[in-house]
Amino acid sequence: MDGLFDFQVITNNFTYFMVGRYPEGPLGGLGLTLYLAAVSCILSFFGGLILGLLSLSRHAAIRYPVNLFINTFRGMPLLMVIFWMYFLLPALLGKTVPESRTVIMGLTIFTSAYMSQIVIAGIKGIPKGQTEAAISTGLKPWQAMVYVVLPQGLRNMIPSFVNQFVSLIKDTSLAFIVGVSELTHVATQVNNRTMSSPTEIFIFIAVVYFLICYAFTTLSRWLEGRLAWRKAI
Amino acid sequence: MLSYQFDWSVVTTGKYFEWLVSGLGLTLQLSAAGIVLSFLLGLLIAVLRMSHFSPLRWFAHVYLEFFRNTPLLVQIFFWYFGSYKLLPMAVNEWLNSTNFEFAAALIALTIYTSAFIAEDIRSGVLSIPKEQMEAARSAGFSYIRSMQYIILPQAVRITVPPLINQFLNLAKNSSLAMTIGVMELTYQARQVESYTFKGFEAFTAATLVYLVLSVVITALMDQYNNRVLNPQRG
Repeated sequence: MDGLFDFQVITNNFTYFMVGRYPEGPLGGLGLTLYLAAVSCILSFFGGLILGLLSLSRHAAIRYPVNLFINTFRGMPLLMVIFWMYFLLPALLGKTVPESRTVIMGLTIFTSAYMSQIVIAGIKGIPKGQTEAAISTGLKPWQAMVYVVLPQGLRNMIPSFVNQFVSLIKDTSLAFIVGVSELTHVATQVNNRTMSSPTEIFIFIAVVYFLICYAFTTLSRWLEGRLAWRKAI
Repeated sequence: MLSYQFDWSVVTTGKYFEWLVSGLGLTLQLSAAGIVLSFLLGLLIAVLRMSHFSPLRWFAHVYLEFFRNTPLLVQIFFWYFGSYKLLPMAVNEWLNSTNFEFAAALIALTIYTSAFIAEDIRSGVLSIPKEQMEAARSAGFSYIRSMQYIILPQAVRITVPPLINQFLNLAKNSSLAMTIGVMELTYQARQVESYTFKGFEAFTAATLVYLVLSVVITALMDQYNNRVLNPQRG
């Protein structure tokens, strides 16, 4: 292997890979990747919760349009969603939108559609008797949902949410396409500048992504095991 | 608010329509080849993952975890920009003589999807109760025959829906091939947009095509679920 690989390009640009031009300039690299993933994750948690609850509504007039919305975004490539945001947001808002915000919007809408499926499955996993018991004690249907079903369902959804977060971290790499300088974009920049070690650069960032995603995948499995254990008692 | 003049004729006729159609052709080619290859590779990895020989099992385990936990885009870039140092000279020369963009995208899509497919196949097989195998063996079937006649026919029925889901993901993920210059559907939509400034029309057309693809595949899957998995309900 000696002489075949030259990882000096990594050590020379290490801080650039990690945080971009921060603190002198804007945050970039891995830092921006994690920032994009975290913000989109929090937003799409609420997005998914709202979409999931609405698609379980008893009123067809709410259920059908919401399901149409969810299935439309689940049927589209994420790249397409990001392009749509790139064109639609400035046109709708009548002003330019920073690229990172475009990407966050795209990731949020796309991931909310997937999160809603987790929410639906989690709510359906709670026995119907719980809702019936709650309603017969005098709670209104929405109260039964908020105070009885959701607290139990959400706990069961945690491992799936963590998995979705892993997907989000991987999906932030698409921010590259609109020029947001996250890890993948930084890698292509360094690659274009040095022109000598593409193999090393892309292996390096693959390993960086892997370490982070694998840590969260392991966390999700551990949580799953723990929840199964608690349910068994 | 909007003073935008819609002009759908841009994407329904003439040169730009042809671009989109050729893009769809390439998307379908990439998806079809990817589906076949990733299924075969995924099957192989699943078999290795369940092997009784631990080095093979570990290899499959590392393969699965690594490719599932790395972004597809990075894998595409790796194969496109960085694979030449790892491959023998002859392979590089052959790849460069072919349509290398397409090949790199296909390799990345195949490997990425195969890791997910292998896990789906494995969990399908593991979901068949152990007693089935024990009963088959005690009825005199060999290990291979038990797999062939008892375990796999049941496992396949369970595995088909998640597999179709992976195939659908593959078709959608093939849009990432545009980043290395494969002129598939998303690339062509972008192209039409930059030539005509009719971004809404171009992206609507491409989006509709993707949606039709996924609606058709989802409908087939529902049919399958009703007919095969829950026949009493269908």
